[in-house]
This record gives sequence, C-alpha cells and structure tokens, in this order.
Amino acid sequence: MYPIIILSITGLVTLFLGFLKSKKILLPASLFFVALAFLSNFIDWNKPGLYFSDMLESNNLSILFSGIILLSAFLIMALSKGFIDDEHAHPAEYFAILQFSLVGAIMMTNFQNLIMLFIGVEILSVSMYVLTGSDKRNIRGNEAALKYFLMGAFATGIMLFGIAMLYGANYSFNISTARIWLEQTQVATRPVFLYVGVTFLLIGLLFKVSAAPFHFWTPDVYDGAPTIFTTFMSTIVKTAGFAAIYRILEVSYSPLYNFWWVMIIVMAVLSLFISNITAVAQSSFKRMLAFSSISHAGYMLMAIVGLSNKTDSSIVFYSLAYSLATLSAFGVLMIVSQEKLIDGRPDESINVLNGLSKKNPFLAVVLAVSMFSLAGIPLTAGFWGKFYVFADAASRGHIWLLIIAILMSAVGIYYYFKPIMAAYMKDGDGENIRLSSFYKIILGFTTAGSVLLGLLPNLVRELL
Amino acid sequence: MLALTLILLPLIGSILLLLLKGSNANTSKNVAIVLSLATFAIAIYAFCTFNSEMPIEAKYTWMKDLNINFHLGLDGISLLMVALTAFLVPLIILSTYKLSYKNHATFYALILLAETALMGVFMAKDIFLFYFFFEAALIPVYFLAAIWGGKDAPRITFKMFIYTIFGSLFMLVAIVYLYMNGGTANIEQLSVTAKLISPTNQNLLFWAFFIAFAIKMPVLPFHSWQPDTYSESPTPATMLLSGLLSKMGVYGLIRIMLPLSPVGVANWGLFGMVLAIIGLIYGSVIAIQQNNIKRLIAYSSFAHMGLMAAGVLSGTLSGIQGALLQMVAHGINAVGLFFIVKIIYDRTGTRELSALGGITQKTPALSIYFMIIMLGSVALPLTNGFVGEFLLLKSVYDKNVWLGAIAGLTIILGAVYMLRLMQRSMFGESNKVTAKFKDVSGTEVAVLLPIAIMVILMGVFPNIFLKITEPAVNSILQMISSK
Repeated sequence: MYPIIILSITGLVTLFLGFLKSKKILLPASLFFVALAFLSNFIDWNKPGLYFSDMLESNNLSILFSGIILLSAFLIMALSKGFIDDEHAHPAEYFAILQFSLVGAIMMTNFQNLIMLFIGVEILSVSMYVLTGSDKRNIRGNEAALKYFLMGAFATGIMLFGIAMLYGANYSFNISTARIWLEQTQVATRPVFLYVGVTFLLIGLLFKVSAAPFHFWTPDVYDGAPTIFTTFMSTIVKTAGFAAIYRILEVSYSPLYNFWWVMIIVMAVLSLFISNITAVAQSSFKRMLAFSSISHAGYMLMAIVGLSNKTDSSIVFYSLAYSLATLSAFGVLMIVSQEKLIDGRPDESINVLNGLSKKNPFLAVVLAVSMFSLAGIPLTAGFWGKFYVFADAASRGHIWLLIIAILMSAVGIYYYFKPIMAAYMKDGDGENIRLSSFYKIILGFTTAGSVLLGLLPNLVRELL
Repeated sequence: MLALTLILLPLIGSILLLLLKGSNANTSKNVAIVLSLATFAIAIYAFCTFNSEMPIEAKYTWMKDLNINFHLGLDGISLLMVALTAFLVPLIILSTYKLSYKNHATFYALILLAETALMGVFMAKDIFLFYFFFEAALIPVYFLAAIWGGKDAPRITFKMFIYTIFGSLFMLVAIVYLYMNGGTANIEQLSVTAKLISPTNQNLLFWAFFIAFAIKMPVLPFHSWQPDTYSESPTPATMLLSGLLSKMGVYGLIRIMLPLSPVGVANWGLFGMVLAIIGLIYGSVIAIQQNNIKRLIAYSSFAHMGLMAAGVLSGTLSGIQGALLQMVAHGINAVGLFFIVKIIYDRTGTRELSALGGITQKTPALSIYFMIIMLGSVALPLTNGFVGEFLLLKSVYDKNVWLGAIAGLTIILGAVYMLRLMQRSMFGESNKVTAKFKDVSGTEVAVLLPIAIMVILMGVFPNIFLKITEPAVNSILQMISSK
C-alpha cells in the first residue's frame, strides 16, 4: 500500500524539483524515491489486508509483483543516466511520469475492485503513450505514440465495456463478491453478458501484455519508442498486465475455467507461433526483442492455462527472470547503439553488436547471459521460468501445447543466438567501448541475478 | 563429499582461470593442468576404493517444494565414466601445450567448465540434475568450437548447437511428463512409475529419449552435424566432443532410456538397432573414401557410436557391458587419433591424405604410437577395442542373427579404413610435404604414452573394468525386467 502513497507524493515532488536550475539532482532523487517505495513495499509482508474501503487488497503475491515492478523501475531509471537527463529534454517530467505510471502498475497488482483495475490500467497506459512519443524529433517515435494511443484507447474501451457487462451480471465491481455470486448461481441461469464481459476484460488486458492476436502495435511501438521506455514497456507493463490477468482469473473466474481456457490456449499458441517465426527474419535487434516479448507473453499464458495452486509463483518467477534478462539486453543495446549513428539516430540492428567481445568483453558476457536466459538454456533463470510454466501446462494435461511450446523454444534459440554470434564470432569496426562503473554495477546485477536464479531458483520460488 | 569434490575442483579451476585473465599463457596452462590432474587423482582414489556394495552418494536439497534434489551418486557405471573424463581432460589440456591460443584463460576455463558439466552428467541421480548438466556441457564446448574454430566454424557449430538443443527439448518434455506422473525426480524411483505408463505413451517416451541421445552420439539419421563440426572445430574441442560428449548420449541411453521406457525399448529397440547398424556401415564406407584425415576419423567415430547404440538397445548384459567398455576404449582412442592428426597438421599444414606419406622414416616413434592406437581402434585382440566390440557384436547377434552378421562387417571395414590411413600417411616414400617432419617432442609423448599404455592395459585386463560395472548394469537390467 505504501508504495502507492509514496510514489504519488514523490511524483509531484519530482515535478517541482524540475524548477531547480541544476537538473543533476533529478536522477538520484528519483532513484531514491523508487528505492524508498521498493523498501516500503515489504512492510506489509505477511500482513494481508484490504485498504481504502475494499478498493485494494495487499497480499504476499501482490507485494512480490510490486517488488518486481519497482526493482525493474529502479534499474531502468539507473540505466537512463545520460539518455534522458540532458538539459534540452524535460527530465523532471519524464521522471515524474515514470513514478506516476508505477502507481498505476502497482494498482494493477492489488486491485480488489474492477474500477481500480481500470484506473490502474489507464494511469499506466496514458503515461506510456506520452513516454513513447517523448523524443519529439524522431518521426518514428511520433508514429509509434499515435499508433499506441489509438490502439490502446480502443482496447481500454473494450475493457471498460467488459467491466460494465460484468457489473450487470454480478451487481458488483468487487472481485471477491463476483466469485461468491458465481458460486451461488446455477450454470444455466448465468447471463450471456457474464461471458462476454469476461472475454472483453481479458481482451483489454491481453492487449497490454501484447499477446497475439492483439500484438500488432508491439513491433512498431517498441521500435519507435526511445529504448529506455521500450525497456519499461516490455518489463513493467508486462509484469503488471500478467499480475492483473492472473488476479482476475484466479480470484473471480476460476470456476469459469472451462469457458476461458480455450481462448487462452489459442492466444498462447498464436503468440508463440507468430512471434517466434517472425523474429527469425528480423535484422533489427530492437524489433527482434519486440517479437521476443510477444513470445514470452505466450509462455506466460501457458502458466495461466495451467491455473493451479503453483501458478502464482510460476508467473512471479517468470516475470522476474524475463525482466532481468530483458533489462540486460536493452541495456547493452542502449550503450552499444550510441556508438554508431545512422542519420543521427542510434543504429539498432544486430550488426551493431559485431565484435562486441573484443570491444568490451563485459558487455558481451552480459548480452550472452541475457540471450541464454531468454532462450531458456540451463544455468540461467530463464530455464526454470520456462520449466515452471511448462509444468503448469502439463499438470492440466495440455501435452500438445507443451510440444508446440518446445518446438517454438527451439526456434527461439536460433534467433537468440544471432546476437551472441555477432558479438563473439564476427569482427566489428569502431573503437573499444568504455563503460562507466555505474553501468557495470547495474548490468552486473541483472546478469548475476539471472545466473543466481538459474542455479538456485528456490530463492524466489519459496517466497510463496 | 567425494562426488561433490569431483564437480567442484574443475569448477574452481575455471573460475580461477577467469580471475587470472590478465596473466600469461603458461600460468593459464599450469592452473588448468594442475586442477585437472587433481581431479584425476581424486577419481583414481574413488576408483581404487570403490565398493559396489556401498556406492558413494551425496544428496543436497535443491528445490524442496518440487522434490528435486542435487543428488549425486557413484555406482560402477558412473565411476567408469567419471574416471574416463578425469583421465582424458588432462591429456586434452596437455595436447595444447605447444600452441598458444588467443584468450588462453577463457579457453582453458571453458575446457574445465565442460569437465564440470560432464562430471555432473555422469553422477546425477536426479533426472532434472541430469538434464541440467547435459545441456550445460554443450555451452562451453560450443564456444570452444565456435570461437577458436576454423573459418566456417560459426555456421557449423551453430547448426550443431541448434540440432542438439532441439533434441534435448524432446527429452525435457518426456522428463516433465514422467515427473508429473511420478511426483519424484529420482531416476530409480521414476523407473517404478515408468512401468505403470501405457504402452503407447512409453513408445512416445522412447522416441523422445532416443532422438535426444541419438543426436548427441550421433546415430543415423541424426548425424549430419557431426563430420563438419569435428573437422572445423579446434582439436581440443573435437577431442571433447568425440571423446566425452558423445559418451553422454550412450550413457543417457543406458541410464535414462532403458529404465524409463522399458516397453518402448522392447517395442522399438530393434528398429533403433537397425538404424544404428545402417549408420555403422554407412559411416565406415564413407570413412574409406575420405581424403581428409580429420573427417576420416570423424566418420569412424560415427561408426563406432552406432555399434555402441545397437548394443545398448539390445538390452542385454553383454550389450551394455560391451558398450561401457567400448565407450572408454573409444574415448581414449579418439583423443589419441585426433591428437595424431593435429601433430601431422601442425608440421605439414595439411590434412589431405593424398599429400602425405613416408612419415615413418622421419619419426618412427610417432608411427609406433599411431600403430598401437590404430590397432585399438580396429579392435585387434589384446587391445582395448577388442573386448568391447566382441561383447557388442555378440549382443547384436543374440538379438538378431542377420543384424549381427551385417554388424560384423565393421571389423573388416574398420580395418580397411584405418590401415589405409596408416599406410598412406605413414608409409611409402616421403615427399616434399613430409620431408622435414620433426620427431615427437616431450609433451607430445606425455599425451601419447598414457594413451598407448591404456590401449594395451585395457586389452589385457578388461576384467578390471567389467567387474566394476557389472553390479550396476545388473541392477539396471533388473529395473527393466521385474514387472
């Protein structure tokens, strides 16, 4: 609960800090605020309870999701050093918006009322629309922002429509009340718009996590947005989205499993197929990561399909593993792409990684570990993440889904290896890359985290 | 503790090497050789004090809620493979002593990392631990082969990597399926579960496991990555691949596939044997026509692996015992042969058989070593290849007379290509290329001599090894047969 309050206040404070002459204080201050929110998040550990007249519920699961979100936010802000805090941009606004968006993301992890879910989604999305277009001189960024906004507004509309229908069916916005109502009514007497409502609500949320067939915005938006905000989108928005999907289905609609599992399975398979096959042909590293993000939405949907008592920790683990690896990958891309400009814009193709192992061995190792983790190769966190979601799907007997997912992981390994091969086996031109110790600490942390969780997954798994 | 030390020592070595990155090449070599020899010493200690009544076990909790443990065990089969690994890795490191590789610290660290993973594979008693190390072994070898390999190495090793990972993903599905049914990850306990699984699903399990291990060995028709990878990789990586990594496949067949899909093996084992034996003949015939000596040995390796697979798939005591003995023999011989190819290549700059000849006149010592190892490879009596190959052929013959007869051709074909290799390269008149061939040096003898000794020692006293593995093999056979 505390992070919501803290970040709402510190967001405003950050805006006012923008009036100061020196912008240097903004980054440390924002980092401090997010760190404060992260620590305060754990005050409620093992103290579940309802807040704000049953609007939000805090429990260990929501605290873990919020923890992942705040941790990723901290790391992303740290990586933003030198990218958005220059004098010409408006760093105060960016940092404030980032903090506000975190409030929305955290609401999505612990809503008890569908209104709060909607508000959370809106706060997060509107912030993202703004940040996507924040680089005003970049025409692709503007296109991406407009695209994201139009599609996103449409999806939110559908979601709101779904929420309205669910109110008509349950006479309540409260998700626990909805569950009680659902268990008391006979199957035959359930109104049709209950099912339509669930479907629309899920569509709205699946749009946010970029699951196929609602993924069309993803490649363009990821590609067009400044890399730092792409990182934000692919880690925090995804974690929050899956927290919300899991929460709504687990708390309210697990009795309707027989209704929604077909839909989720179809989306999981579509996400896996479309993203993995398309990613193979990408020459831009950033676009490849965009498709990889769609594919990971597919894997996480497999955990939803296997909804059982361990699904929560599977999704938590997967989110964390995925966030760490994605952060490393985008971090490397951000640093390396600055080295070579094409028409004044950073070069974000896979070729820019050529010869990285000679130019900076540390970055090459970070890149390799993150690609291994995304590909799900043992010794990295990504392997156990995949293992848990596969086991969840298998526990419900969906062996065919498992086989498709396995085949698609093999395809995944193919394209995740292209950056590694570029870094280690190709010769690149250009100078050696110097890295400040600040970046080294951040990227070292994400890399060590991926390896540590790969060896001892229980560190996180046993928290729930 | 002993089991854990075998894994930790090489791991410590590789970490140490990465920390010493700035130092000169000799330091790296010495650290690598000292730690691999220390591992070897411990393996020898384990070998000498081994008691099949009381196998060494070590169990640490890994993932409590899932009942997955870091469970290591050293029974006869494991011990043999561990000893082989511990014996070969120092030799592989020693074989690089004369050369200096760029980024030497990383190079040796990767070799020791591969040793760590191999030790893990050969000792794992938990199926997830097995899978974990099985995959982990590939990564260092991939980097070794790709970074230090020839011009085409990135493309070829990438193919190998995708191919083998693809195969092991099937194994992962099978493992998850068994684990879901049994609720345990202990391989012995799973073999009880496996018997309750319907025959249709057992057949699927068989294929999932067989494809994974067949790609690793490789067995026809999953071999297309092998000759290119073996010939393009730097020699130490080729030695690791042919001497040790391919053995993980056979070991997996014995340890995982036989107990966990007994009905599948009964139904499809013969089919697998036919594949393996077609591969055996095919590989031998191609080896006869090879001009590139590294490729020639790659194909001969492929042929030998086929016979081992056929023996294991027969599911008999003699088949498995033969395969185990042959794994050790082939591991040693392959490392020896690839090393001799490297010696020839370093001095003449060519691997073309047609360009060579008359090396014996310049260095009789090398041709003596070559002769001994070659005779081991063609399975002459009193060399290490003989007993294993005999047992393997017997097991195939017992299963099906015709198959046995066809497989028997390997003795003739093997002799043809090995003798052709020997004769064309070593004998005859020396030419321009081989005129200035230097005699073998000290470190080269240090590699070749232990190998030559082992070739003869194993040929004369095969019982040392057969006795150690027999109880373990019998317990596996019991797992399969008892209803």
